[in-house]
Amino acid sequence: MGNKNVLEINNLNLFYGDFQALKGIDIEIERNQVTALIGPSGCGKSTFLRTLNRMNDLIDNVKVNGNVILDDIDIYKDINLLDLRKRVGMVFQKPNPFPMSIYENVAYGPKAHGIKNKATLYKIVEENLKKAVLWDEVKDRLNKSALGLSGGQQQRLCIARALAVEPEVILMDEPTASLDPIATLKIEELINELKKKYSIIIVTHSMQQAGRISDKTAFFLMGEIIEYSKTSKLFSNPKEKKTEDYITGKFG
Amino acid sequence: MRDLLNDKLAEVHELLLVMSTLVEENINLAMEALLNKDFELADKVIKNDELIDSYEEKIEDLCIELIATQNPLGSDLRKIFSIQKIISDLERIGDHSENIAIIVKVIGEEGLIKPLIDIPKMADIAIDMLHSSISAYIDGNVELVIETIKKDDEVDLLYEEVYGELIELFNDNKKYKNQILSLLLIGMNLERIADHATNICERVYYIIKGERIIF
Repeated sequence: MGNKNVLEINNLNLFYGDFQALKGIDIEIERNQVTALIGPSGCGKSTFLRTLNRMNDLIDNVKVNGNVILDDIDIYKDINLLDLRKRVGMVFQKPNPFPMSIYENVAYGPKAHGIKNKATLYKIVEENLKKAVLWDEVKDRLNKSALGLSGGQQQRLCIARALAVEPEVILMDEPTASLDPIATLKIEELINELKKKYSIIIVTHSMQQAGRISDKTAFFLMGEIIEYSKTSKLFSNPKEKKTEDYITGKFG
Repeated sequence: MRDLLNDKLAEVHELLLVMSTLVEENINLAMEALLNKDFELADKVIKNDELIDSYEEKIEDLCIELIATQNPLGSDLRKIFSIQKIISDLERIGDHSENIAIIVKVIGEEGLIKPLIDIPKMADIAIDMLHSSISAYIDGNVELVIETIKKDDEVDLLYEEVYGELIELFNDNKKYKNQILSLLLIGMNLERIADHATNICERVYYIIKGERIIF
Protein backbone atom coordinates (compact mmCIF):
# COMPACT_ATOMS: atom_id res chain seq x y z
CA MET A 1 0.00 0.00 0.00
CA GLY A 2 2.90 2.26 0.65
CA ASN A 3 4.11 2.23 -2.89
CA LYS A 4 3.89 5.24 -5.13
CA ASN A 5 1.68 3.63 -7.75
CA VAL A 6 -1.92 2.78 -7.00
CA LEU A 7 -2.30 0.89 -10.27
CA GLU A 8 0.20 -0.91 -12.46
CA ILE A 9 -0.97 -2.15 -15.80
CA ASN A 10 1.20 -4.60 -17.70
CA ASN A 11 0.75 -5.67 -21.29
CA LEU A 12 -3.01 -5.24 -21.23
CA ASN A 13 -4.84 -6.35 -24.37
CA LEU A 14 -8.55 -6.17 -24.98
CA PHE A 15 -10.52 -7.64 -27.88
CA TYR A 16 -14.09 -6.99 -28.95
CA GLY A 17 -14.51 -10.21 -30.90
CA ASP A 18 -11.71 -10.06 -33.49
CA PHE A 19 -11.12 -6.36 -33.07
CA GLN A 20 -8.25 -5.49 -30.79
CA ALA A 21 -9.23 -2.28 -28.96
CA LEU A 22 -6.25 -2.14 -26.56
CA LYS A 23 -2.77 -3.18 -27.59
CA GLY A 24 -0.12 -3.97 -25.03
CA ILE A 25 -0.93 -1.19 -22.60
CA ASP A 26 1.80 -0.60 -19.99
CA ILE A 27 1.18 2.23 -17.59
CA GLU A 28 1.66 3.07 -13.94
CA ILE A 29 -0.90 5.29 -12.23
CA GLU A 30 0.40 7.29 -9.30
CA ARG A 31 -1.43 7.52 -6.01
CA ASN A 32 -3.13 10.83 -5.11
CA GLN A 33 -2.64 12.22 -8.56
CA VAL A 34 -5.02 13.11 -11.34
CA THR A 35 -4.23 11.16 -14.48
CA ALA A 36 -5.89 12.29 -17.71
CA LEU A 37 -6.50 10.05 -20.70
CA ILE A 38 -6.82 11.87 -24.01
CA GLY A 39 -7.05 10.87 -27.65
CA PRO A 40 -9.45 10.94 -30.60
CA SER A 41 -12.77 9.09 -30.54
CA GLY A 42 -12.30 5.35 -30.80
CA CYS A 43 -8.70 5.44 -29.57
CA GLY A 44 -9.43 3.14 -26.63
CA LYS A 45 -9.22 5.58 -23.74
CA SER A 46 -12.73 4.88 -22.40
CA THR A 47 -12.31 1.16 -23.02
CA PHE A 48 -9.09 1.31 -21.01
CA LEU A 49 -10.78 3.24 -18.20
CA ARG A 50 -13.47 0.58 -18.01
CA THR A 51 -10.93 -2.21 -17.74
CA LEU A 52 -9.81 -0.70 -14.44
CA ASN A 53 -12.99 -1.74 -12.65
CA ARG A 54 -13.96 -4.49 -15.06
CA MET A 55 -16.93 -2.71 -16.56
CA ASN A 56 -16.11 -4.42 -19.86
CA ASP A 57 -17.02 -7.76 -18.30
CA LEU A 58 -20.64 -6.88 -18.98
CA ILE A 59 -20.10 -6.72 -22.73
CA ASP A 60 -20.45 -9.91 -24.75
CA ASN A 61 -17.49 -11.13 -26.71
CA VAL A 62 -14.89 -9.15 -24.78
CA LYS A 63 -11.58 -10.83 -24.04
CA VAL A 64 -9.00 -9.26 -21.77
CA ASN A 65 -5.47 -10.42 -21.05
CA GLY A 66 -2.55 -8.86 -19.24
CA ASN A 67 -2.39 -7.61 -15.66
CA VAL A 68 -4.11 -4.79 -13.84
CA ILE A 69 -2.53 -4.63 -10.41
CA LEU A 70 -4.35 -2.56 -7.79
CA ASP A 71 -1.91 -2.24 -4.90
CA ASP A 72 -0.83 -5.91 -4.84
CA ILE A 73 -3.97 -7.44 -6.24
CA ASP A 74 -4.55 -8.55 -9.81
CA ILE A 75 -8.08 -7.31 -10.34
CA TYR A 76 -8.83 -9.93 -12.99
CA LYS A 77 -7.77 -12.80 -10.72
CA ASP A 78 -7.69 -12.07 -7.03
CA ILE A 79 -10.79 -10.08 -6.14
CA ASN A 80 -14.57 -10.32 -6.49
CA LEU A 81 -16.44 -7.68 -8.46
CA LEU A 82 -18.29 -6.18 -5.50
CA ASP A 83 -15.03 -5.57 -3.60
CA LEU A 84 -13.32 -4.24 -6.70
CA ARG A 85 -16.09 -1.74 -7.44
CA LYS A 86 -15.94 -0.59 -3.82
CA ARG A 87 -12.27 0.20 -4.22
CA VAL A 88 -12.50 1.58 -7.73
CA GLY A 89 -15.51 3.87 -8.16
CA MET A 90 -16.79 5.37 -11.36
CA VAL A 91 -18.47 8.56 -12.51
CA PHE A 92 -19.97 8.66 -15.98
CA GLN A 93 -20.36 11.25 -18.71
CA LYS A 94 -24.06 11.71 -18.18
CA PRO A 95 -25.04 12.11 -14.53
CA ASN A 96 -26.95 8.96 -13.65
CA PRO A 97 -28.50 9.36 -10.22
CA PHE A 98 -30.79 6.51 -9.17
CA PRO A 99 -34.48 7.42 -9.36
CA MET A 100 -34.72 7.78 -5.61
CA SER A 101 -34.06 10.46 -3.00
CA ILE A 102 -30.81 12.38 -2.70
CA TYR A 103 -30.20 10.66 0.64
CA GLU A 104 -30.84 7.18 -0.75
CA ASN A 105 -28.48 7.76 -3.66
CA VAL A 106 -25.55 8.30 -1.33
CA ALA A 107 -26.64 5.69 1.23
CA TYR A 108 -27.11 3.03 -1.45
CA GLY A 109 -23.51 1.87 -1.66
CA PRO A 110 -22.80 1.71 2.08
CA LYS A 111 -26.09 -0.19 2.57
CA ALA A 112 -25.11 -2.66 -0.13
CA HIS A 113 -21.88 -3.18 1.78
CA GLY A 114 -23.81 -4.01 4.95
CA ILE A 115 -24.08 -0.77 6.93
CA LYS A 116 -27.51 -0.69 8.52
CA ASN A 117 -27.27 1.74 11.45
CA LYS A 118 -29.29 4.82 10.54
CA ALA A 119 -27.12 7.32 12.42
CA THR A 120 -24.00 5.91 10.75
CA LEU A 121 -25.63 6.07 7.35
CA TYR A 122 -26.74 9.66 7.91
CA LYS A 123 -23.22 10.58 8.89
CA ILE A 124 -21.82 8.94 5.77
CA VAL A 125 -24.35 10.76 3.58
CA GLU A 126 -23.59 14.12 5.17
CA GLU A 127 -19.83 13.63 5.01
CA ASN A 128 -19.78 12.63 1.38
CA LEU A 129 -22.20 15.29 0.23
CA LYS A 130 -19.86 17.74 1.93
CA LYS A 131 -16.83 16.23 0.19
CA ALA A 132 -18.64 16.60 -3.12
CA VAL A 133 -19.41 20.23 -2.20
CA LEU A 134 -23.14 19.61 -2.56
CA TRP A 135 -24.26 19.55 1.08
CA ASP A 136 -25.15 23.23 1.42
CA GLU A 137 -27.30 23.06 -1.68
CA VAL A 138 -29.27 19.93 -0.72
CA LYS A 139 -29.22 19.61 3.07
CA ASP A 140 -32.84 20.85 3.33
CA ARG A 141 -34.19 18.46 0.74
CA LEU A 142 -32.39 15.18 1.31
CA ASN A 143 -35.60 13.24 0.88
CA LYS A 144 -36.53 14.83 -2.43
CA SER A 145 -35.88 13.03 -5.69
CA ALA A 146 -32.34 13.30 -7.02
CA LEU A 147 -33.79 13.74 -10.49
CA GLY A 148 -34.94 17.25 -9.52
CA LEU A 149 -31.35 18.47 -9.20
CA SER A 150 -29.58 20.40 -11.96
CA GLY A 151 -27.12 18.54 -14.21
CA GLY A 152 -24.11 19.86 -12.30
CA GLN A 153 -25.67 18.98 -8.95
CA GLN A 154 -26.59 15.51 -10.20
CA GLN A 155 -22.99 14.95 -11.25
CA ARG A 156 -21.70 16.03 -7.84
CA LEU A 157 -24.28 13.70 -6.28
CA CYS A 158 -22.88 10.86 -8.40
CA ILE A 159 -19.42 11.77 -7.13
CA ALA A 160 -20.73 11.76 -3.53
CA ARG A 161 -22.29 8.36 -4.23
CA ALA A 162 -18.97 7.06 -5.54
CA LEU A 163 -17.13 8.46 -2.50
CA ALA A 164 -19.58 6.96 0.00
CA VAL A 165 -18.07 3.47 -0.30
CA GLU A 166 -14.58 4.90 0.39
CA PRO A 167 -12.86 3.94 -2.83
CA GLU A 168 -9.14 4.39 -3.46
CA VAL A 169 -9.49 5.15 -7.13
CA ILE A 170 -12.17 7.15 -8.91
CA LEU A 171 -12.61 6.68 -12.63
CA MET A 172 -14.28 9.54 -14.46
CA ASP A 173 -15.47 9.22 -18.04
CA GLU A 174 -15.88 12.75 -19.42
CA PRO A 175 -17.62 13.86 -16.24
CA THR A 176 -18.26 17.41 -17.43
CA ALA A 177 -19.19 16.73 -21.05
CA SER A 178 -22.84 17.58 -20.43
CA LEU A 179 -22.27 20.46 -18.02
CA ASP A 180 -22.10 24.23 -18.48
CA PRO A 181 -18.82 26.10 -17.74
CA ILE A 182 -19.73 27.01 -14.16
CA ALA A 183 -20.80 23.48 -13.26
CA THR A 184 -17.64 22.26 -15.03
CA LEU A 185 -15.49 24.57 -12.95
CA LYS A 186 -17.10 23.25 -9.74
CA ILE A 187 -16.38 19.66 -10.74
CA GLU A 188 -12.79 20.55 -11.65
CA GLU A 189 -12.24 22.28 -8.32
CA LEU A 190 -13.73 19.25 -6.63
CA ILE A 191 -11.38 16.91 -8.49
CA ASN A 192 -8.45 19.02 -7.38
CA GLU A 193 -9.64 18.75 -3.77
CA LEU A 194 -10.40 15.03 -3.98
CA LYS A 195 -6.94 14.05 -5.17
CA LYS A 196 -5.61 14.64 -1.66
CA LYS A 197 -7.45 11.47 -0.59
CA TYR A 198 -8.12 9.59 -3.81
CA SER A 199 -6.39 8.71 -7.05
CA ILE A 200 -8.36 9.97 -10.01
CA ILE A 201 -8.27 8.84 -13.60
CA ILE A 202 -10.25 10.95 -16.01
CA VAL A 203 -11.09 10.57 -19.67
CA THR A 204 -11.63 13.94 -21.29
CA HIS A 205 -12.06 15.27 -24.78
CA SER A 206 -11.00 18.71 -23.63
CA MET A 207 -7.25 19.16 -23.72
CA GLN A 208 -7.72 22.40 -21.81
CA GLN A 209 -9.45 20.44 -19.07
CA ALA A 210 -6.68 17.85 -19.00
CA GLY A 211 -4.23 20.75 -18.78
CA ARG A 212 -6.12 22.42 -15.94
CA ILE A 213 -6.66 19.48 -13.65
CA SER A 214 -4.27 16.63 -14.32
CA ASP A 215 -0.75 15.90 -13.11
CA LYS A 216 0.02 13.35 -15.80
CA THR A 217 -1.56 12.73 -19.18
CA ALA A 218 -1.60 9.67 -21.40
CA PHE A 219 -2.24 10.10 -25.11
CA PHE A 220 -4.03 7.14 -26.71
CA LEU A 221 -4.19 6.41 -30.41
CA MET A 222 -5.63 3.30 -32.10
CA GLY A 223 -5.54 1.28 -28.92
CA GLU A 224 -1.99 2.20 -27.92
CA ILE A 225 -0.46 4.66 -25.50
CA ILE A 226 1.68 6.91 -27.68
CA GLU A 227 2.99 9.11 -24.90
CA TYR A 228 2.60 9.33 -21.14
CA SER A 229 4.24 12.14 -19.22
CA LYS A 230 3.77 15.13 -16.98
CA THR A 231 0.82 17.12 -18.29
CA SER A 232 2.75 20.38 -18.57
CA LYS A 233 5.43 18.62 -20.63
CA LEU A 234 2.98 16.77 -22.86
CA PHE A 235 1.11 19.94 -23.79
CA SER A 236 4.11 22.23 -24.27
CA ASN A 237 6.81 19.96 -25.57
CA PRO A 238 5.59 16.48 -26.46
CA LYS A 239 8.22 13.91 -27.32
CA GLU A 240 6.27 12.10 -30.03
CA LYS A 241 5.29 13.64 -33.34
CA LYS A 242 1.88 11.94 -33.20
CA THR A 243 1.18 13.68 -29.90
CA GLU A 244 2.29 17.04 -31.30
CA ASP A 245 0.07 16.55 -34.34
CA TYR A 246 -2.92 15.68 -32.18
CA ILE A 247 -2.62 18.47 -29.61
CA THR A 248 -2.01 21.10 -32.29
CA GLY A 249 -5.09 19.93 -34.18
CA LYS A 250 -3.28 18.56 -37.21
CA PHE A 251 -5.48 15.45 -37.05
CA GLY A 252 -8.11 13.87 -34.84
CA MET B 1 -9.87 25.44 -36.26
CA ARG B 2 -6.43 24.59 -37.60
CA ASP B 3 -6.95 26.87 -40.67
CA LEU B 4 -7.93 29.78 -38.45
CA LEU B 5 -4.88 29.20 -36.29
CA ASN B 6 -2.64 28.90 -39.36
CA ASP B 7 -3.98 32.12 -40.89
CA LYS B 8 -3.47 34.06 -37.68
CA LEU B 9 -0.02 32.56 -37.13
CA ALA B 10 0.94 33.55 -40.68
CA GLU B 11 -0.20 37.09 -39.93
CA VAL B 12 1.90 37.19 -36.73
CA HIS B 13 4.86 35.78 -38.64
CA GLU B 14 4.59 38.44 -41.35
CA LEU B 15 4.28 41.29 -38.86
CA LEU B 16 7.29 39.97 -36.98
CA LEU B 17 9.37 40.01 -40.15
CA VAL B 18 8.33 43.57 -40.93
CA MET B 19 9.12 44.63 -37.37
CA SER B 20 12.55 43.01 -37.39
CA THR B 21 13.36 44.61 -40.76
CA LEU B 22 12.43 48.03 -39.39
CA VAL B 23 14.54 47.41 -36.29
CA GLU B 24 17.55 46.31 -38.30
CA GLU B 25 17.23 49.26 -40.67
CA ASN B 26 16.99 51.66 -37.75
CA ILE B 27 20.34 50.52 -36.27
CA ASN B 28 21.88 51.06 -39.70
CA LEU B 29 20.37 54.53 -39.94
CA ALA B 30 21.51 55.46 -36.42
CA MET B 31 25.09 54.46 -37.27
CA GLU B 32 24.92 56.35 -40.54
CA ALA B 33 23.69 59.41 -38.65
CA LEU B 34 26.64 59.06 -36.25
CA LEU B 35 29.29 58.64 -38.94
CA ASN B 36 27.94 61.40 -41.21
CA LYS B 37 26.74 63.74 -38.47
CA ASP B 38 23.35 63.64 -40.16
CA PHE B 39 20.93 65.09 -37.63
CA GLU B 40 17.92 64.83 -39.92
CA LEU B 41 18.59 61.15 -40.18
CA ALA B 42 18.91 60.99 -36.38
CA ASP B 43 15.44 62.54 -36.14
CA LYS B 44 14.14 59.97 -38.57
CA VAL B 45 15.53 57.17 -36.38
CA ILE B 46 13.77 58.64 -33.36
CA LYS B 47 10.52 58.89 -35.32
CA ASN B 48 10.86 55.34 -36.68
CA ASP B 49 10.97 53.99 -33.16
CA GLU B 50 7.32 54.94 -32.70
CA LEU B 51 6.45 52.77 -35.68
CA ILE B 52 8.47 49.88 -34.22
CA ASP B 53 6.61 50.21 -30.93
CA SER B 54 3.28 50.11 -32.75
CA TYR B 55 4.30 46.82 -34.35
CA GLU B 56 5.08 45.37 -30.95
CA GLU B 57 1.58 46.28 -29.79
CA LYS B 58 -0.05 44.83 -32.90
CA ILE B 59 1.79 41.52 -32.60
CA GLU B 60 1.14 41.32 -28.88
CA ASP B 61 -2.60 41.86 -29.40
CA LEU B 62 -2.70 39.14 -32.05
CA CYS B 63 -0.83 36.69 -29.81
CA ILE B 64 -3.21 37.34 -26.92
CA GLU B 65 -6.14 36.85 -29.29
CA LEU B 66 -4.62 33.56 -30.45
CA ILE B 67 -4.12 32.32 -26.91
CA ALA B 68 -7.64 33.35 -25.91
CA THR B 69 -9.45 31.90 -28.90
CA GLN B 70 -7.35 29.04 -30.24
CA ASN B 71 -5.88 27.49 -27.09
CA PRO B 72 -2.57 26.75 -28.79
CA LEU B 73 -0.57 23.76 -27.55
CA GLY B 74 2.71 22.03 -28.36
CA SER B 75 4.89 23.79 -30.93
CA ASP B 76 2.15 26.40 -31.55
CA LEU B 77 2.20 27.32 -27.88
CA ARG B 78 5.99 27.53 -27.77
CA LYS B 79 6.03 29.68 -30.88
CA ILE B 80 3.39 32.15 -29.71
CA PHE B 81 4.93 32.43 -26.25
CA SER B 82 8.42 32.92 -27.70
CA ILE B 83 7.27 35.49 -30.25
CA GLN B 84 5.95 37.57 -27.36
CA LYS B 85 9.46 37.56 -25.93
CA ILE B 86 11.17 38.13 -29.27
CA ILE B 87 9.13 41.26 -29.98
CA SER B 88 10.05 42.62 -26.59
CA ASP B 89 13.75 42.13 -27.43
CA LEU B 90 13.18 43.78 -30.82
CA GLU B 91 11.45 46.70 -29.13
CA ARG B 92 14.42 47.10 -26.77
CA ILE B 93 16.83 47.04 -29.72
CA GLY B 94 14.69 49.78 -31.25
CA ASP B 95 15.12 51.83 -28.06
CA HIS B 96 18.90 51.40 -28.21
CA SER B 97 18.96 52.71 -31.79
CA GLU B 98 16.86 55.65 -30.67
CA ASN B 99 19.34 56.27 -27.82
CA ILE B 100 22.21 56.30 -30.31
CA ALA B 101 20.33 58.82 -32.48
CA ILE B 102 19.75 61.06 -29.46
CA ILE B 103 23.44 60.83 -28.52
CA VAL B 104 24.40 61.77 -32.10
CA LYS B 105 22.44 65.00 -31.58
CA VAL B 106 24.07 65.56 -28.20
CA ILE B 107 27.57 65.28 -29.72
CA GLY B 108 26.39 67.76 -32.34
CA GLU B 109 28.79 69.47 -34.73
CA GLU B 110 31.88 68.96 -32.57
CA GLY B 111 34.58 67.14 -34.51
CA LEU B 112 35.24 63.56 -33.37
CA ILE B 113 38.20 63.11 -31.05
CA LYS B 114 39.37 60.17 -33.14
CA PRO B 115 38.26 58.23 -36.20
CA LEU B 116 35.69 55.60 -35.17
CA ILE B 117 36.87 52.08 -35.95
CA ASP B 118 35.77 49.62 -33.29
CA ILE B 119 32.34 51.17 -32.71
CA PRO B 120 31.26 50.65 -36.35
CA LYS B 121 32.73 47.13 -36.11
CA MET B 122 30.57 46.47 -33.07
CA ALA B 123 27.55 47.78 -34.96
CA ASP B 124 28.26 45.57 -37.97
CA ILE B 125 28.46 42.43 -35.84
CA ALA B 126 25.39 43.36 -33.80
CA ILE B 127 23.36 43.99 -36.97
CA ASP B 128 24.60 40.73 -38.44
CA MET B 129 23.60 38.91 -35.23
CA LEU B 130 20.10 40.37 -35.34
CA HIS B 131 19.75 39.48 -39.00
CA SER B 132 20.94 35.91 -38.41
CA SER B 133 18.69 35.43 -35.37
CA ILE B 134 15.66 36.25 -37.52
CA SER B 135 16.92 34.08 -40.39
CA ALA B 136 17.31 31.23 -37.91
CA TYR B 137 13.71 31.83 -36.80
CA ILE B 138 12.42 31.76 -40.38
CA ASP B 139 14.36 28.62 -41.35
CA GLY B 140 14.24 26.86 -37.97
CA ASN B 141 18.04 26.66 -38.22
CA VAL B 142 19.63 25.50 -34.95
CA GLU B 143 23.22 25.68 -36.27
CA LEU B 144 22.74 29.32 -37.19
CA VAL B 145 21.39 30.00 -33.70
CA ILE B 146 24.52 28.58 -32.10
CA GLU B 147 26.88 30.29 -34.54
CA THR B 148 25.16 33.63 -33.92
CA ILE B 149 25.21 33.38 -30.15
CA LYS B 150 29.00 32.87 -30.28
CA LYS B 151 29.40 36.25 -31.98
CA ASP B 152 28.23 38.00 -28.83
CA ASP B 153 31.71 37.38 -27.39
CA GLU B 154 33.28 39.34 -30.25
CA VAL B 155 31.03 42.30 -29.50
CA ASP B 156 31.87 42.10 -25.79
CA LEU B 157 35.60 42.04 -26.55
CA LEU B 158 35.34 45.03 -28.86
CA TYR B 159 33.34 46.88 -26.22
CA GLU B 160 36.07 46.22 -23.66
CA GLU B 161 38.62 47.67 -26.07
CA VAL B 162 36.47 50.70 -26.86
CA TYR B 163 35.90 51.21 -23.15
CA GLY B 164 39.62 51.01 -22.29
CA GLU B 165 40.58 53.34 -25.08
CA LEU B 166 37.93 55.93 -24.25
CA ILE B 167 38.72 55.91 -20.54
CA GLU B 168 42.36 56.58 -21.39
CA LEU B 169 41.37 59.47 -23.66
CA PHE B 170 38.99 60.74 -20.99
CA ASN B 171 41.83 61.32 -18.54
CA ASP B 172 43.91 63.30 -21.02
CA ASN B 173 41.29 65.36 -22.87
CA LYS B 174 39.23 67.61 -20.66
CA LYS B 175 37.73 69.39 -23.64
CA TYR B 176 36.21 66.23 -25.09
CA LYS B 177 34.89 64.77 -21.84
CA ASN B 178 31.23 64.97 -22.90
CA GLN B 179 31.92 63.48 -26.30
CA ILE B 180 33.93 60.64 -24.82
CA LEU B 181 31.10 59.80 -22.44
CA SER B 182 28.68 59.93 -25.37
CA LEU B 183 30.81 57.53 -27.39
CA LEU B 184 31.01 55.22 -24.39
CA LEU B 185 27.22 55.23 -24.19
CA ILE B 186 26.99 54.38 -27.89
CA GLY B 187 29.32 51.44 -27.30
CA MET B 188 27.16 50.34 -24.41
CA ASN B 189 23.98 50.58 -26.49
CA LEU B 190 25.56 48.46 -29.23
CA GLU B 191 26.70 45.90 -26.70
CA ARG B 192 23.12 45.70 -25.41
CA ILE B 193 21.78 45.27 -28.96
CA ALA B 194 24.02 42.22 -29.36
CA ASP B 195 22.71 40.89 -26.02
CA HIS B 196 19.11 41.21 -27.22
CA ALA B 197 20.00 39.48 -30.50
CA THR B 198 21.44 36.68 -28.33
CA ASN B 199 18.16 36.54 -26.40
CA ILE B 200 16.27 36.20 -29.68
CA CYS B 201 18.54 33.31 -30.64
CA GLU B 202 17.77 31.61 -27.33
CA ARG B 203 14.01 31.98 -27.93
CA VAL B 204 14.40 30.57 -31.44
CA TYR B 205 16.27 27.59 -30.03
CA TYR B 206 13.39 27.00 -27.60
CA ILE B 207 10.82 27.19 -30.41
CA ILE B 208 12.72 24.60 -32.42
CA LYS B 209 13.91 22.23 -29.68
CA GLY B 210 11.39 22.72 -26.89
CA GLU B 211 14.18 23.18 -24.35
CA ARG B 212 16.49 25.94 -23.24
CA ILE B 213 19.91 26.16 -24.81
CA ILE B 214 22.77 25.13 -22.53
CA PHE B 215 26.31 26.31 -23.13
